[in-house]
Amino acid sequence: MKYSPHTDKDKKEMLAAIGAASPEDLFGAIPKEFRLQKLDLPEGISELELKKLIFEKTGKNYSTQKLDSFLGGGAYEHYIPQAVESLISRGEFLTAYTPYQAEASQGTLQAIYEYQSLICELTGMDVANASMYDGASALAEAVMLAVRETGRNRVIFSSSLHPEYRQVMKTYFEGYKIEFVEIPHAGGLFDEAALKREANDSTACVIVQNPNFFGCIEKADKIEAICHSCGALLIACVNPVSLGILKAPGGYNADIAVGEGQPLGIPLSFGGPYLGFFAVKEKHMRKMPGRVAGMTKDIEGKRGFVLTMQAREQHIRREKATSNICSNEGLMALAACVHLSLLGKEGMKEVARQNVLKSHYLKDKILKLSGFELMFEAPFFNEFVVRCGKETDKITGDLLKHGMIGGLPLGRFRADMKNCMLICVTETKSKDDLDRFAELLGKH
Amino acid sequence: MEKLIFEISSPGRKGYSLPKLDVPDADIKSLIPQECLRKDGPDLPEVSELDCVRHFTRLSQLNYSIDTNFYPLGSCTMKYNPKINEKMASLPQFTGLHPYQPETSVQGMLEVLYETEQALCKICGMDAFTLQPAAGAHGELTGMLIVRAYHTSKGNARKKVIIPDSAHGTNPASAALCGYEVVTVKSDKAGRIDLEALKSVMSEEVAVLMLTNPNTLGLFEKNVKEIADIVHKAGALLYLDGANLNALLGVARPGDMGFDVCHVNLHKTFSTPHGGGGPGAGPVGVKAILADFLPIPRIKQKRNKLSFDYDAKKSIGRVRAFYGNTGVIIKAYCYMRSLGADGLKDATLEAVLNANYLKAKLKKDYMLAVDGEPCMHEFVLTGKDKKEFGVKTLDIAKRLLDYGYYAPTVYFPLIVEEAIMIEPTETESKETLDAFAETMIKIAAEARSDPLLLTGAPHITPVRRLDEVLAARELNLRWKKPGA
Ligand SMILES: Cc1ncc(COP(=O)(O)O)c(C=O)c1O
Repeated sequence: MKYSPHTDKDKKEMLAAIGAASPEDLFGAIPKEFRLQKLDLPEGISELELKKLIFEKTGKNYSTQKLDSFLGGGAYEHYIPQAVESLISRGEFLTAYTPYQAEASQGTLQAIYEYQSLICELTGMDVANASMYDGASALAEAVMLAVRETGRNRVIFSSSLHPEYRQVMKTYFEGYKIEFVEIPHAGGLFDEAALKREANDSTACVIVQNPNFFGCIEKADKIEAICHSCGALLIACVNPVSLGILKAPGGYNADIAVGEGQPLGIPLSFGGPYLGFFAVKEKHMRKMPGRVAGMTKDIEGKRGFVLTMQAREQHIRREKATSNICSNEGLMALAACVHLSLLGKEGMKEVARQNVLKSHYLKDKILKLSGFELMFEAPFFNEFVVRCGKETDKITGDLLKHGMIGGLPLGRFRADMKNCMLICVTETKSKDDLDRFAELLGKH
Repeated sequence: MEKLIFEISSPGRKGYSLPKLDVPDADIKSLIPQECLRKDGPDLPEVSELDCVRHFTRLSQLNYSIDTNFYPLGSCTMKYNPKINEKMASLPQFTGLHPYQPETSVQGMLEVLYETEQALCKICGMDAFTLQPAAGAHGELTGMLIVRAYHTSKGNARKKVIIPDSAHGTNPASAALCGYEVVTVKSDKAGRIDLEALKSVMSEEVAVLMLTNPNTLGLFEKNVKEIADIVHKAGALLYLDGANLNALLGVARPGDMGFDVCHVNLHKTFSTPHGGGGPGAGPVGVKAILADFLPIPRIKQKRNKLSFDYDAKKSIGRVRAFYGNTGVIIKAYCYMRSLGADGLKDATLEAVLNANYLKAKLKKDYMLAVDGEPCMHEFVLTGKDKKEFGVKTLDIAKRLLDYGYYAPTVYFPLIVEEAIMIEPTETESKETLDAFAETMIKIAAEARSDPLLLTGAPHITPVRRLDEVLAARELNLRWKKPGA
């Protein structure tokens, strides 16, 4: 397949207008020694052949739409209303660039403004940006903000933080002298006593993931008090769906709220594209990374939207910018914007309630089985850790044969959790699904 | 003017449906302590599905896009985004995959990723690729971290990164984010590095030189071999910002020119849509000496099965959770397979043909930033000669919107006064280019005869020229409930 439209006649006329004999003539600046004879790739194929090729690939995948999955751990299966996909696949949104020419990009810009507003409402924060790459990189950039804002270099978090988020954060800070303090969790929660001992006047920030990697809901108020008493910034890394009922970061006085926006209308897609959301208290907004849309007026006084606060950004400040981010996850932010608009106030509450009730129903069922126990007593939102009598890989392997993907085996992240599984239940599971899952587990 | 979604909200309206709760109901407070719960629900809009659909459809209609308009945005490679690729990437057997599913259940997905890495290696002349970075700038950061890890492994992380003044802003920002000191090196009028200037800043302190080739003026860095020699002699590495790879497909390979690390933008060269600002993907390729430093996990093939390898002994770690923007990567994979070896090369030949054709058509009425040699996939004009009429590049850009064209990239690269950077891409027809050129020429005439037409532009867009100063002075970054 070829997408360029030129006929031989076109090419001839164009070359004549340029004054070149052949297209190759235009490449004279590339030294001969670097000219390639031929790419070592297969020849092109037709659209029909492409379809067959891709169907061959998808035939080797078992998707969660066919299997019952109880996986969470940072990526969640939620029902996405059809209108979300229908709207974000409109070419006018899909095939536009970053809205550099505001007057020809009002659709994208107003949608960003609405997205920022929705994220502020959801998180209880003052200002949100237009998006970051994903939850983990958003967290790393939040730490960057805290380190720069406070001029301090100690970063405290609990071992209940998502292990991949911790890795990303450490990778980002390879070139800095940052002291990362990982406090072992206490019963699945942030160890407050240890935090009190570790927090001091060189602490830039305390990171609380809520609900944390184990699904447990943190006592955020207590952590906030300790964090702020030493002048550090509180970074809350939250699951946005949980905010339908859980206290928002603004409600416990977080300075920065970040998280993975995937649960807001974005498909699992094997880990990406996702959406990092990033929101701050007003006093930190000028240190915030990323693009921001703002409301303004045109020369006739009509309301319109532009990119603003650009003096923070790389195209203006270059090496002094707050971040290097340029392209972000615009279309994913639009998906979240449409999703939140459709679910609205009541829908977000109801989804969150169903997640709590269904996950607790399954937890109760599993606890009645012999050989399974709950790891942590702490309250949870939609996922919880169970310790199994057997190796988890055996169990998940068996489940797969029955068309089910069990929970997430935690042994791959932590040696002390070899027989543990993180089980997630969302509104997508019916009581029958949960009963069947518990029944199958019971056979182990 | 389209109202805000909040302004069409009405309490009690619903735009969603959920299955009835089929497990026993309970008071949430009996399961989660009250102090963890929020008092009021978030103040989200309440709209019907139709209200919502009309709202966002109308918003979409306020945009210019590739599907509706010519979009000659330099440095951004706004080529056609094939529909079939969208469809393939949205198949439920891709979108429904959880990142933590057992590897045996995602072999088809892993094949796509693995084959994409291999194809990028062949196109770029590199030995290994990671698909993890989410955009070009993310790729740059990844590249800088790899450079740092390499030098650290040799006993000295080094301190400086050299970047030409013609480079994109993300280059210095990425180097700085990685903790490096940025040294700016001057380029000549054609945006090419001054070899003497380069030699004078080169030292054992320098970790890497970040180069864009073709450069941001759309010209090939002819001295790339000499540059590579200077850099390598000092023990430093050579990085390619591959934003302009659309000029090189099947014609020349960065790896052969001496580049040690490069990123490519799938959302430019490989036709994945920009989505109004992402998602993109910025895979990073390296030579064998750097392969061990790539982010984890790596995809490995063993006995016909693909799996992830988490061996992190030398790896920089991770730059994001999970594996990359796989939904974007599938589209790029489809594109590469569709075009194949010859099709990719043709794309480059015709992209360069289009740019040179448009340049030839415009050079009588606009000043070229560089004259006297063919450009590659894009070229830069300067609007400085229009200043005498009281017209700036910005005014020309805004006037183009009135004629139904998105504007070229303006005021970049910074080394060209009043820059207008035009990249037509290969998917535009001669007719489109002719019509665009005619319009540009007409605008040049308007600048002379009726400058107010330009300085007051745009006239017929959904809004007239917007006040950016007002936006920055009286920040309004979110809707607030009246009275709140
Ligand atoms: C030359 C150049 N380098 C880097 C970038 C950054 O790429 P991205 O926006 O994907 O982060 C761009 C795109 O804007 C570019 O044109």
